[in-house]
Amino acid sequence: MSHHDWPDRWKDLYTYLERPGPFENDGFEPGDAVKDFLHSCKILVIGAGGLGCELLKDLALSGFRDIHVIDMDTIDVSNLNRQFLFRHKDVGKPKAIVAAEFVMNRVPGVTVTPYFGKIQDKDEEYYKQFSIIICGLDSVEARRWANATIVGMFDEGDPETLKPIIDGGTEGFKGQSRVILPRISACYECSLDMQTKPTTFPMCTIANTPRLPEHCIEWASSVAWPKAFPDKKIDGDDPDHIKWLLNTALDRGREFNITGITYTLTQGVVKNIIPAIASTNAIVAASCANEAFKIATNCTTYMCNYMMYVGDDSVYTYTFELQRKDECPVCGSAQIKLRIDPEKTLSELLDMLLDTQEVQLKAPSLRTAAKSLFMQAPPMLLEMTRPNLDRKIRDLVAPGEEITITDANIPISLQLTLEFI
Amino acid sequence: MLNIMSLKNKKASAAAAGESAKKSKTTPAALRLQKDISDLKDLPSTMKLSFPNPDDLFNFTLTITPDEGFYKGGVFVFTFKVNPNYPHDAPKVLCTQKIYHPNIDLEGNVCLNILREDWKPVLNINSVMVGLQYLFLEPNAEDPLNKVAAEVLRSNRKQFEQNVNRTLRGGAVDGITFDNVIKN
Ligand SMILES: [Zn+2]
Repeated sequence: MSHHDWPDRWKDLYTYLERPGPFENDGFEPGDAVKDFLHSCKILVIGAGGLGCELLKDLALSGFRDIHVIDMDTIDVSNLNRQFLFRHKDVGKPKAIVAAEFVMNRVPGVTVTPYFGKIQDKDEEYYKQFSIIICGLDSVEARRWANATIVGMFDEGDPETLKPIIDGGTEGFKGQSRVILPRISACYECSLDMQTKPTTFPMCTIANTPRLPEHCIEWASSVAWPKAFPDKKIDGDDPDHIKWLLNTALDRGREFNITGITYTLTQGVVKNIIPAIASTNAIVAASCANEAFKIATNCTTYMCNYMMYVGDDSVYTYTFELQRKDECPVCGSAQIKLRIDPEKTLSELLDMLLDTQEVQLKAPSLRTAAKSLFMQAPPMLLEMTRPNLDRKIRDLVAPGEEITITDANIPISLQLTLEFI
Repeated sequence: MLNIMSLKNKKASAAAAGESAKKSKTTPAALRLQKDISDLKDLPSTMKLSFPNPDDLFNFTLTITPDEGFYKGGVFVFTFKVNPNYPHDAPKVLCTQKIYHPNIDLEGNVCLNILREDWKPVLNINSVMVGLQYLFLEPNAEDPLNKVAAEVLRSNRKQFEQNVNRTLRGGAVDGITFDNVIKN
């Protein structure tokens, strides 16, 4: 018992950790070890917004004591209606730092370590230190990055590199939470086509037959703006940009007798803002935190693997198992390692690959994150990358650098790492 | 099935391995795009892809030279900009020339359903290329971006054909001069 604990502080949680239960997972051993593990394991929360505030509170009150949080945003007045770890005096300050301080002040014995910055600032070394990673993000792109990084870290030969991901998301009265076990269950990318996409209107409606205020705003942002400012991207947070779009959309509205175009709507359409409901965040975050507790302790069966919550037409909730996709570019990709003399040429590496028994490559194309090493198609890329075939491996890739291989004959991609001898 | 506590008990050994240099990761969009592009082996002779920078698969151009239909004899060049959220987001496609076409406006915007409202992540670069080629074989008067051209196509196909022929050679229709896109 640490000095922060008072008698019976964790009495309810310990009920589950001190005795066997009917739904416990394989390997659950009631007792002190599992309690210590809960209190000492490192857990990462990605995002300190609507879901993040709830998650940090829930995890701290569920016995997690080494919590890390990462977020690149600063606090805006509009966050205060639901992001309850922030006060008016905090406006302008980094969310991660303010949230961490608040939780540490409120819950004795908890350490919350903030990082104010982008998830992309951190590499595998950083993500490797955590036992569980929870995403409370509002962007598909950030989620895909986190998913690909954490799934990609898993090396089948080293079970310690397996990091369960718990992902929560909300949209108005709807939400979902899910558990991703890299390469064991469906990952975020496997189900990319399930993601709701922003409403898009047909181009010809925008151009010729607008009927809604949104059509006029869409016209201002996707037709008029690129014409007026060919080299400038729209910044949804820049009031000058929004004002310009608003005025342009208003002119367009007058031309077609469309009313209801406002500053707020313009910003909403441009930034694709989805209404955030505090209680939906609370429901989804609570479900994520419970899964984290169950996965960390094994005391009872965790979710398999996707829970949807629909609160806008009465209430409906359903949990089902999303299937992994064999050809998923992220978790379907096979990993291969080769030992090679870096003095050898790319062409010799290609021969080695064609001889590999594990995968039946016929026409492999190879790229690093930054460079096309050899592309079999289309013809122009083949011509441009052919000279690389005679170059030495050491001049093309760094040791340990990841190479992605694709081949028209196989549905998946391969991740190749070279060890130099 | 999974026992992360037992994993941890084995103690971190990998942390000591010390590869601290930050490696740049291939993004999920790049993984998918590499697959899309390297699969484009057997392109029809009417389509050609060029990459200004062979290391950058996110920006390229497509040249279409239709071998039948109203637009036979023209060479049409489109730029593709793929964003980091591909294939959640569709590629952005623009026609680089000013052409007379019911589904392409004078700024090069293209009205093709799969580029906007009907885009799905299961579609790929090839689907868009095929869709664009189809626009030259079967221009569609129903979804006009260039309303005037669509009206001519609907009411007088002979006149439409003459207008296309004239504009492909850099001629004018209704006082608007178009780009010469005839193959040399
Ligand atoms: Zn997957």
